[in-house]
Amino acid sequence: MSQPLLSTALNLLLHALAVLLLPPLIPGLIAKVKARMAGRTGPPVLQLYYDLAKLSRKEAVFSRTTTWIFLAGPVGTVAAVLVASLMVPFGHTPAPISFEGDVILFAYLLGLARFLTVLSALDTGSAFEGMGAAREVTFSALAEPALFFGFAALAKATGSLSLAPMLVGHGLTPQAQGMGTAAHLSGPLILILAGWSIVYLAENARIPVDDPNTHLELTMIHEVMVLDHSGRPFALVLYGASLKLVVLGALLVDLLLPRLAHGWMNWLMFLAGLGGLALAVGLVESMTARFRMTKVPQFLLAGVLASAFAFLLLLV
Amino acid sequence: MSHLALPVLKNGQAVALADLSELPFAFFRDTVLGAVRQGLRLACLCADAQLRMFAVLADDAGRTLRVARTRLEQPRYAALTPECPQAHLFEREMAEQYGLQPEGHPWLKPLRFQKSWIGGEASPQPTPGALDFYRVEGDEVHEVAVGPVHAGVIEPGHFRFQCHGEQVFHLEIALGYQHRGVEQALEGGPHPLSLKQAETAAGDTSIAHTWAHCRILEGLAGFSVPARADRVRGVALELERAANHVGDLGALSGDVGFLPTASFCGRIRGDWLNLSAEGCGSRLGRNWLRPGGLQQDLDPRLAERMLPRVDRAWVETRDAVELLWGAASVMIRFEAAGHLGPAQAREIGAVGVPARACGIPMDVRRDHPFGPYETHPAVPALAESGNVHSRAWVRWRELFESHRLISEALADLAASPCDPKPTSLPKLAADSLCVSLTEGWRGEVLHLAVTDGEGRFVRYKIVDASFHNWFGLALALRGEQISDFPLCNKSFNLSYCGHDL
Repeated sequence: MSQPLLSTALNLLLHALAVLLLPPLIPGLIAKVKARMAGRTGPPVLQLYYDLAKLSRKEAVFSRTTTWIFLAGPVGTVAAVLVASLMVPFGHTPAPISFEGDVILFAYLLGLARFLTVLSALDTGSAFEGMGAAREVTFSALAEPALFFGFAALAKATGSLSLAPMLVGHGLTPQAQGMGTAAHLSGPLILILAGWSIVYLAENARIPVDDPNTHLELTMIHEVMVLDHSGRPFALVLYGASLKLVVLGALLVDLLLPRLAHGWMNWLMFLAGLGGLALAVGLVESMTARFRMTKVPQFLLAGVLASAFAFLLLLV
Repeated sequence: MSHLALPVLKNGQAVALADLSELPFAFFRDTVLGAVRQGLRLACLCADAQLRMFAVLADDAGRTLRVARTRLEQPRYAALTPECPQAHLFEREMAEQYGLQPEGHPWLKPLRFQKSWIGGEASPQPTPGALDFYRVEGDEVHEVAVGPVHAGVIEPGHFRFQCHGEQVFHLEIALGYQHRGVEQALEGGPHPLSLKQAETAAGDTSIAHTWAHCRILEGLAGFSVPARADRVRGVALELERAANHVGDLGALSGDVGFLPTASFCGRIRGDWLNLSAEGCGSRLGRNWLRPGGLQQDLDPRLAERMLPRVDRAWVETRDAVELLWGAASVMIRFEAAGHLGPAQAREIGAVGVPARACGIPMDVRRDHPFGPYETHPAVPALAESGNVHSRAWVRWRELFESHRLISEALADLAASPCDPKPTSLPKLAADSLCVSLTEGWRGEVLHLAVTDGEGRFVRYKIVDASFHNWFGLALALRGEQISDFPLCNKSFNLSYCGHDL
């Protein structure tokens, strides 16, 4: 009895550490890939850690037009995403919290995080931030169905409404279905991956939907909503954004990871998967330009369709 | 009376004011309006403290300049703008500087928020940006104000958008934050500092402005520059053009988030700038030209050393920029944004890259050739669509031409010995007027000087290409997405300080 308890506690600890310490590494990896592709040295991989350390020692400046909502935005966002992160299994390591229906809670926690960010943007009363907020809700209204159709497809495949069995026990790989190892991916799985990849780029404000590096206020979506934050609240915003990269990234990576014999191998596999994802995002950002903003809904719609077809395929 | 009765002037040629008869204002107005109707361009319209008004009409097809002057009886006159939108900013400028009221001007607002030049110390200093902006009313219409402090390290300017959702109905641009009083400082000159002041009228267009200034002095002094010095000046101007065009293509790429070209061009722009530094010690072409010749001649051995570096920079430029044309995601962005048609461009008197991008074949180097361009002509680069893509494409084709001109000139310079140091210029002609045009990388740069009885400047007017083109940017945004503004803005890449002076 003591052995499983010990390993559960250990996994919990590792999960918590991963959630707290790992995220700032991912934007650093993406930036490094982009810099290398462009023939530059680029900032250090650990740059975001340095930035967070710097910001945590800085005083925050609050505009007179803002209220407590302005501060509640970054705090609440990070809190919501942190709770959501506890329901996501990191690879084949079980999630700390898992119950039937947690997928609904997960999705709405992410929705709550966005709602709070948007509110705090509107609270500044700035035309820019209002514009960014309008863009954010418009585009996320299109990204959410893609996420939900993917969940529906996985729920159909597993008969469960809990993230952990849905993501790692979906049995959609051909090996799991006893169809041999010639093909690694089945139709529905490819479609879910495609749909969620689009969601991943959109939700994390990456190219081709948004440009995290731009300094042009009028073209920003996510960045413009946090322009007025400074000091520690801004550190929370940056950490929250990187946490989202990990949590949503885990959804994608989990779908593909094979189960390995030992717990530590599963952990390593998961970390390697996240690294691969960062590499892929960096490559996409290096090779394409950003879409015109009027084209973004079409791109998101493609994601919705992909997930919806995955669901349809599993229905019949 | 027709403009054909006006004296014909060549670029950089001085004319005695006595030979430039003072027209009655009604005649002056009819002549200017008639000339513009016949396709001439109002390159400059300015006044001076004695209520004299000068108009420079550029006949690009006829390869001539014509100058008209008049004297107002009182500080008010019938505005030209209602019939000739090209005069719009010039009239606002004259109203601000000399209190000349253009009656019937539809858009009379401050231009640079500068103090009146004739009111003395007592005249009030207007607050920059305090302007009665055009407003669109309506339930779902909102206003977005950008600047003068921007999120990037760029010059200050204020942009006021009237938007319906993401769509821009109207954009009004308020500048003047960079006003330093360059024209006033040049009055009474030439001073020892005049060359420096002309050099920094627009800091990224040093050579074009310095050259225009030098040609004013040379024209008024009746001095002709040795051919070799002119070749070197040509190299300087084309290096400036190449560096800025490469930088712009990279920045355009960066604005749509296409990293490869953005990163490569950022570095390669430095290579072109370093070639300027090789020639004169300054990456921005400072201290290269001087009235009568050059401050620093280009040694034949140096020219020979520069040649392979030019070729290498050119090969790398081509590699980097061709990535841009090959990326469909970039082309979609470029083609969809910032349309300015030839009719509108002509109406507002657009010059340089934005004019050539909608098919108007206009290039000072060909139309009003100066220096080496008389013997080594440059072919204007043209595009048709007038959108961001066309403006990028014009820059790209101009790079070919610049590279050719630089290579040819360097090869010739490597084979010819330096000139002896130039002596100082003879005295400037008194009571004369001189107009000099150069083709900077943005477009036409015009300097105009009027001298008094002792050959000193009583009026020195500078018109940067940006002055003509800022209004084009506002027009190009009509009906466009507000998120495309930075891209459009970059495709014009106009100078704030060149406008504000």
